Parts: sequence; C-alpha cells; structure tokens
Amino acid sequence: MAPQRQPADPADPRHETRVAFVSGSTASAGPLAGLHARLLMVPPYKMLADLLRRLGFSGRTAVIAVPYLWLLAFFLAPFLIVLKISVAEVQIAMPPYTPLVSFVEDGWIAFHATLGNYTFLLDDPLYLDSYLSSLKIALVSTLLALAVGYPIAYGMVKAPRRWRFALLMMVILPFWTSFLIRVYAWIGILKKEGLLNLALMNLGLLDQPLTILNTDTAVYIGIVYSYLPFMVLPLYANLEKMDLSLLEAAADLGCRPIKAFWVITVPLSIPGIIAGCFLVFIPAVGEFVIPDLLGGSETLMIGKTLWSEFFNNRDWPLSSAVAVLLLLVLVIPIVLFQRMQERNAQA
Amino acid sequence: MKFGLSWFNIASLALGFLFLYLPIGLLIIYSFNESRLVTVWAGFSTKWYGEMLHNEGLLNAAWVTLRVAFTASCFATVLGTVAGVVMSRFGAFSGRTLFSGMIYAPLVMPEVITGLSLLLMFVAVALDRGFVTVTIAHITFSMCYVAVVVQSRLHTFDRSIEEAAMDLGCPPARTFFQITLPIIAPAVVAGWLLSFTLSLDDLVIASFTTGPGATTLPMKIYSQVRLGVTPEINAVCTVLVGVVAAGVLAASLITRRQEMRRETEERMAATTA
Amino acid sequence: MSEAGTLGGAARSGSSAARQRWAPWNDPNEKPHVQIVGVTKRFDDFVAVDNVSLDIYKREFFSLLGPSGCGKTTLLRMLAGFETPSEGQILLEGEDMSGVPPYRRPVNMMFQSYALFPHMSVEKNIAFGLKQDGVPKPEIERRVAEVIEMVQLGRFAKRKPHQLSGGQRQRVALARSLVKKPKMLLLDEPLGALDKNLRTQTQFELMNIQEETGITFVIVTHDQEEAMTVSSRIAVMDHGRIVQVSTPGELYEYPNSRYVAEFIGEVNVLEGRVAEREGDHLLVQSPEAGCAIETGPSGDEPQGRQVWIAVRPEKLVISKEPPPPGTRNCMTGEVWDIGYLGNLSIYHVKLDSGKMITATQANMARLIERPITWEERVYLTWAPSAAVVLLN
Repeated sequence: MAPQRQPADPADPRHETRVAFVSGSTASAGPLAGLHARLLMVPPYKMLADLLRRLGFSGRTAVIAVPYLWLLAFFLAPFLIVLKISVAEVQIAMPPYTPLVSFVEDGWIAFHATLGNYTFLLDDPLYLDSYLSSLKIALVSTLLALAVGYPIAYGMVKAPRRWRFALLMMVILPFWTSFLIRVYAWIGILKKEGLLNLALMNLGLLDQPLTILNTDTAVYIGIVYSYLPFMVLPLYANLEKMDLSLLEAAADLGCRPIKAFWVITVPLSIPGIIAGCFLVFIPAVGEFVIPDLLGGSETLMIGKTLWSEFFNNRDWPLSSAVAVLLLLVLVIPIVLFQRMQERNAQA
Repeated sequence: MKFGLSWFNIASLALGFLFLYLPIGLLIIYSFNESRLVTVWAGFSTKWYGEMLHNEGLLNAAWVTLRVAFTASCFATVLGTVAGVVMSRFGAFSGRTLFSGMIYAPLVMPEVITGLSLLLMFVAVALDRGFVTVTIAHITFSMCYVAVVVQSRLHTFDRSIEEAAMDLGCPPARTFFQITLPIIAPAVVAGWLLSFTLSLDDLVIASFTTGPGATTLPMKIYSQVRLGVTPEINAVCTVLVGVVAAGVLAASLITRRQEMRRETEERMAATTA
Repeated sequence: MSEAGTLGGAARSGSSAARQRWAPWNDPNEKPHVQIVGVTKRFDDFVAVDNVSLDIYKREFFSLLGPSGCGKTTLLRMLAGFETPSEGQILLEGEDMSGVPPYRRPVNMMFQSYALFPHMSVEKNIAFGLKQDGVPKPEIERRVAEVIEMVQLGRFAKRKPHQLSGGQRQRVALARSLVKKPKMLLLDEPLGALDKNLRTQTQFELMNIQEETGITFVIVTHDQEEAMTVSSRIAVMDHGRIVQVSTPGELYEYPNSRYVAEFIGEVNVLEGRVAEREGDHLLVQSPEAGCAIETGPSGDEPQGRQVWIAVRPEKLVISKEPPPPGTRNCMTGEVWDIGYLGNLSIYHVKLDSGKMITATQANMARLIERPITWEERVYLTWAPSAAVVLLN
C-alpha cells in the first residue's frame, strides 16, 4: 500500500487542506449544490439568494414550510371559517348565510355578526341533551371497549411467539376493510328478524325477539365493534414491552397470579390504556354513521344532529355553531392527546 | 404457576375474534343468498354478483373512489413523509407546537367537524366541489397518519447510520435520499397503504366535500342502505373485503418471508464467522 | 513515504532505541497535527467537556480513556464535527474547524455500532465515501479492492451487513473509514462488542494498520488494558476534564493522582502524613501501613501534609521472614486470600491496621510445596523508588 501515489496523501506535508474547505466545493457537494455554487457567481442570482437568506429562508425552512402551509390552509383555516359562519345568519342565497363584511351606501363597511346561533343552541334543550348524550355514550362505549379489548390484547401477549404475528394480522384485518360495511353487517344481526334473535329463539332462550336495533344498545355495540382495533393495538404494544420477570418476581415473593395482575400488570399498562381510551373516546363523541344506522330516533348524538342541521335543514350557520361548541368540548382531550404523543415521541 | 395461555386467555381470544369476524362472515355468506331477504337463507346463488356488475351507478362510484384514493394517497405520502421527517429530525423551531398539534389533531378529530370545515372553506373560496375537493380533503387527513407512521419509524432509526454517511462526505439532503429513505421505505409504503384504505373507506368527509359527478362508493352504499337493501350490497361488500384481505395477506406473507430469510442469513453468518 | 514511513515503522518495530526516540510531543520543532484549545461543551446545564486543551501529533495512536460519562465520546464527536464546542477551538493542521460540517472535514470516524448501511453490500458500503467525492469509477474499484485485501474480507465483498458476523462487520466499518485516506481516523470504542480473543487479535491488527497507513488514530475507550496496549499516548479523563496525558509507561509508573493510579492497573494506595524531609526524599508516617515510609526522590512538601503512597502489587516483595525491627517500607499482615494464575500468584494480605493489600509474585519455583499459605503472617517490603507520592 503506497499512499504517495494518491493525490490526497496525508503523509505529504505539502497537502493543502484549504481546498477541501471552500464552501460550495463543487466536487463534493453533488449536482444541484454544484449548480447553485456556480450560479452564485452570477450577480442577480446571488442577490436573490442573499435576500432570501436574510429573510430567514433556507433549505430547512422550505422543507418545513411545505406540509405546514398545506395544513394551515386546509386544516386550520377551515376552522376559522367555521367560526366566522357560526356568527352569521341563515338566508336563502348561495351561499346560504349572511356575509361578515358588506359594503353599504356611502362607502361604509357594515359588520354583520350575531351570537343568535349560540343562544339558540344553549336555550334549546335538544342540543344540550345531544352534547351530554354524546359524551355519555362515548364514555360508556370507551369503557366497554376497554373491557372487551384488554382481555384480547392480554391473550395476544400471552400467546406463543409464533402466533403473535398472525394474531396481530387478524386484529388489523377488519380495520382495513370498510367501516361502513362492518356497521351495516350489524343491522342484519341486530334487527328484530335479524340473526341474533333468530339464533336465540331457535335455541329456545327467548320467546319474543329482543329489540336491539335502533336503540342506544345497538350504538354501544357498534362503537365498540368499530373502534376495537384502536383499543387493542395500543394496549398490545404496551403489554408486549412489559418485563415478564416482574411477574415471576412477584410469584417468587408469594403473590397470587390474580393479585399480581391487578397490582403489577394493570398499573404498568396504564399508558396503553390511556392511549387506547383517547383513540376511542374523542372520535366517538362526534360519531355519525353508527348512531345513524344503528341508533333510534331517541338516540341523541351530536354528530347526527350536526349532519341533519346541515343536510336536512340547510342551516349552515347553526351547524357551524354546533361544530364550534363540539370542538370546545373536545379541545381539552385533544390537547392532552397531542401532549402525550409528543412526549412519547421525544422519549 | 403457568405463564402460558390460561383457559381465560384462550376464551377471550376466541370470543374476541369471533366478535370481530362474525358480522363480516355473515355478510359474505348472505351475498350468496338466493332470496332477496338478507336474513332468510333460500339457497346458493351468485346472481347478486351479476347484478352488481351491471349496476352502472355502483361501478362509476367504485371507479371514482379508486381514483380519489390513489391520487390522495400519493400526495399524502409525500407530504406526510416530509412532515414526519420534520417532526422527528428538525428539533425545535418556531411554530413547532402548532405544527405538531395540526399533525395529531386530525387523528382523533370527529369526521363531521373536518368535513364541515373543509366544505365551508371550499365554498368561501368559491371552489367547485367535485373530484378535486374530495381529494384535497382526503390528502389533508391522510397525511397526518403517514406523518405519524414515518415519525415513529424514524424514532427507532439508528442515527449513527446517517452520521456515518455525513462523516464520509455526504451532505444532509443527499443522506436523506440515498440512505434514510431506502431504509424506511417499508414504513413509507405502509403509510401509503394506510392512506389508500382510509380514503377508500371514508363516508362522512366525502359526503361533505364532494360534488356532482364525484359520488364515492361509500356514499353509494350508504344511500342504498338507507333506502332498503338487497344482497347486491352484500356482494359489493364481499368483493371489497376480499380484495383488501387478499392484499393484506399477500403483503404480510411477503414481509414474513423476507424476515425469515433475513433471520436465517444472520444466523448462518454468525456461525460461519 | 520514505522518512515518514521509517519513523512510523521504527516506532513499533525496529530498534528499541529508535522506538524510545519517537516522541514528537517532546520535540519543540514538531507542530501538532490536531490542537484542541480550551474546548468546553455544555448541554443545557450539564458540562460534558470542561476546558480541555490537547495536542495530538501526526502518526500518533492516541487514546481518550475514562469511565462512561467522562466526556470522551463528546470530545471525539467534536473532532468529527457532530457537536460544536460551546467554547474553544479545534485546529486541524492549523486550520480552524469551527463551522466546518462533518461532511467537509478530512476526518473519518468508525462508529461503535459500526453503522453499516444495511441496504448496501460490503463493496458499496466501502465505496460510498469515494463516490461522494466524485472519484472516477475505475479508481474507486481499485481502492476498494485494495482496502478489502487489507482487512481480509475478500470473500465477503458482495454480501450485505446482515449476512456478516460481528467481527466481519467491524472490518467493513474499518475499511470504510480508511479507504478515503483521512488525515485522522476517530474510533469510538471499536473493540467493545468483540469477545476477548478477537479483541486481542484485533488490537494488534489495528496497530499494524495504523503503522502501515501512517494515519493519526484517536480512539475512545473505557478499557485501560486496551488503551495501554495500542497507544502511543493516553489522555485520562474524568468528568469532562483531562487528568493526565502521558505514554502508557509513564501513566503506569508515574500517575499524577489517585484517580489515574487506580484507573490504570492494580495499585495499593497508602494514606499518610509527611513527617519530615530527609535530603532528597520524604519520610511519611502511615498508620494504615503500620510503618514509616521512605519515598523516592521527590519535591518538598510541608510537614503534616496529607499524601498518598501508591505501590503497584508487583513492586512488593513478600516474605515470611521478619525484617530487622525499625525497617522502613515494611508492612505486615495475614494472608487473606491467594489467587494462583499459573505464571504468578496474587496475594491478598490483611494488614494489622485492617487494610487489604494486593501483592503479586512470579512463581519462580515449581509448585512442590507452597511457600506461603493462607493465614500465614507475611511481611511486605518495597524499594523507596518503586512507589509514587501522590498529592491528590
């Protein structure tokens, strides 16, 4: 091995280190950067680049900006518009609401905003009941989902390693099939002449068919069913990481398995429980499809209310107000959820 | 004390999966029902599949849905990957809290709110609703899922590999494209598939943001469900379930085989050192 | 290559006189290859590296030694460019490296986890650095083949990292960092993941490669045996500061503090107070040792000052015969434990004061009957110049 034949010979005392350090060295920086370096010698380009740099633009800023701007435009801005329309009044026009700002004679600008929608909502017991009922139904469904999902997740973790992948796939598969289809399937099962009643009657357990469809119960079943993977997966991810030797230590110290479960396993799985509950509760509050297809006319859920206000009554300002209030109700859980995710991501 | 599966575990697994798959199974079975009724079995028949294939409205809706899903997934994957990289690698920057809020919120936001807000915005900027608006809406919520998937993959990524690349003379941008991206490619693909499924499946947001001529399949199914069903719907559902299941199974089998081959190679390398 | 080569070569092989002569750090005409000047690194409130100044000369095999958390890895990363100093400068051949990112420094690093690109073959991994520099293809192939030969990975050139064993991956990492002929090679705990046999073998291979290529190596390790084996000089670090920089021999025989003495090899530290000065050496009273201690030539210390006498186990002479009373540098106690290692024996002796002393002795006579056995009363003596006086 004879280093002296190479141009960049570290043993050669005359080797000039300066060359490699020139910023924009075209050899080592790749085609685009090389082009950039060469263009910099053209005065107008250089001036533009300097100006942009002074304004704080760099490659890094551009990268952040692309998704940021998209989300600002299509996620955040729409909320501001909802807010704006919620203080408008409905009118027969296209679009069916009064504008915020309009020009009147003499060049004056008139602001047209009213809290009428909000007062209407807060006065009418229907809406208040809808909000409360949504919260209640979502909460009950979340707890039921936890009760159903935890044993499944726990069973998956206890199963032999070779089964785990298959079990995981089996939990995820329904998630990849259509949500609508799965809810629709329950109609056929839960209705009066449905399969559940048929089976129970044929088995002699019932004389009269149960009325489950179009009640709150059907909604509970529907939400638990549809959101089950969202509960099982975080629980499974959390339980899987648990150190089994803790349970062995407990047994060694004389603790009965049932007690060890409640005293060790459950507390350690609390992060998974919380994640799963957030993933079920928050969207469930505003759920529309399930109460619409499976619930009855007495099933009050705010998602349904919003939909009918919008599509049936064509009252855009009122629906906007409903949405704003719903968002206010949910903002705390959403912020908590986001904080939790950020913290997990940093960990 | 046993640490294997107890009877309780087996029972909960069995009942759990029964609960998950029974409705789908029944749906598939009754798609072959001779009679019109969804619950009374009258004999085996594939006539509903035939009817389905002749239902133009249904087929158009399916085509629209596929186009929307494909377009939205491609854009969402690109935007979401960038967002995931920003969240994971860019450290603190001004406006980061808002950015992260905008990434995580759509994951749990009730669809009626997102749908309504997007529709109102489209109306406010006088954008005609149709294919474009639905696609924009789908891109917006899908990209957040992709971002989360990519971010969590980058979280477990060995950063010393990127540092090694830079140490060898590769500037950061090139390092991302030549080193990082190929390695996290499976996560990006998973993100694409996730976007595709979410888009294929979406009813509420599409109902708000679509327009004439761009009716999606879920919307079609939903309207027919409200009106009264024939097993034709079962047939449609079965086909959808079948396609997705086949896709998922194929993907998981391929990944599994790759993993096992990798493990064998690693084991062989360790012994023949 | 001529003069540089012979110097480098003479540093290891060749005449012992030449080997001892090679000490560029002592030569006022030699300019250091790397200068670390007053470098401090802070992470929020935590000071990882505290005002470190160091000169590293060309063709040295330099070690940064210390326990985990002492700042050695942070210092290495600053040399590579992955961290920027909060204060101070790093100069490479006189050039200030501030603001120079890692991909523009003529420095390469071998990572502790090897950091091989999993989706590229061995060849592509090694060629990667050369491709970034725009080296023409035929030359890349030639240089890659050359370096694969040097690390003896010829058969595995087309394999991917997951098809290699740990030792093979390590060679790929080494080859990848050498192929660019950097001015300086940084190695972050390179031998940590290897088992003992492979480690010893690889240590000597590393030394050979360093000698052949003439590249300045800077290695970070917590294993003092490793540092002692391979290094030309070692910097011992503690909590972000450099405690002592010397050759292995000097570190072992002339540690400047209890920290260094205890970190390198085995040592017995006896606490005492200066009784008086006698000519060119000191007399120290040590209740711990149970005797008066005469030191070797040393500086003047005030009477009553607390000092520590460090004696290496192999410098102690162990005997069953009591020396004449009043002998200095003589401790007595009972044999607590004996470790028989075949070539030598390790004696753990409990002094009357309660302190445990370790003494080693080569087994000169064949094992017919053990001369010294458990619970026997023994006497440990040492020559005054065989011990070191430590002031902290």
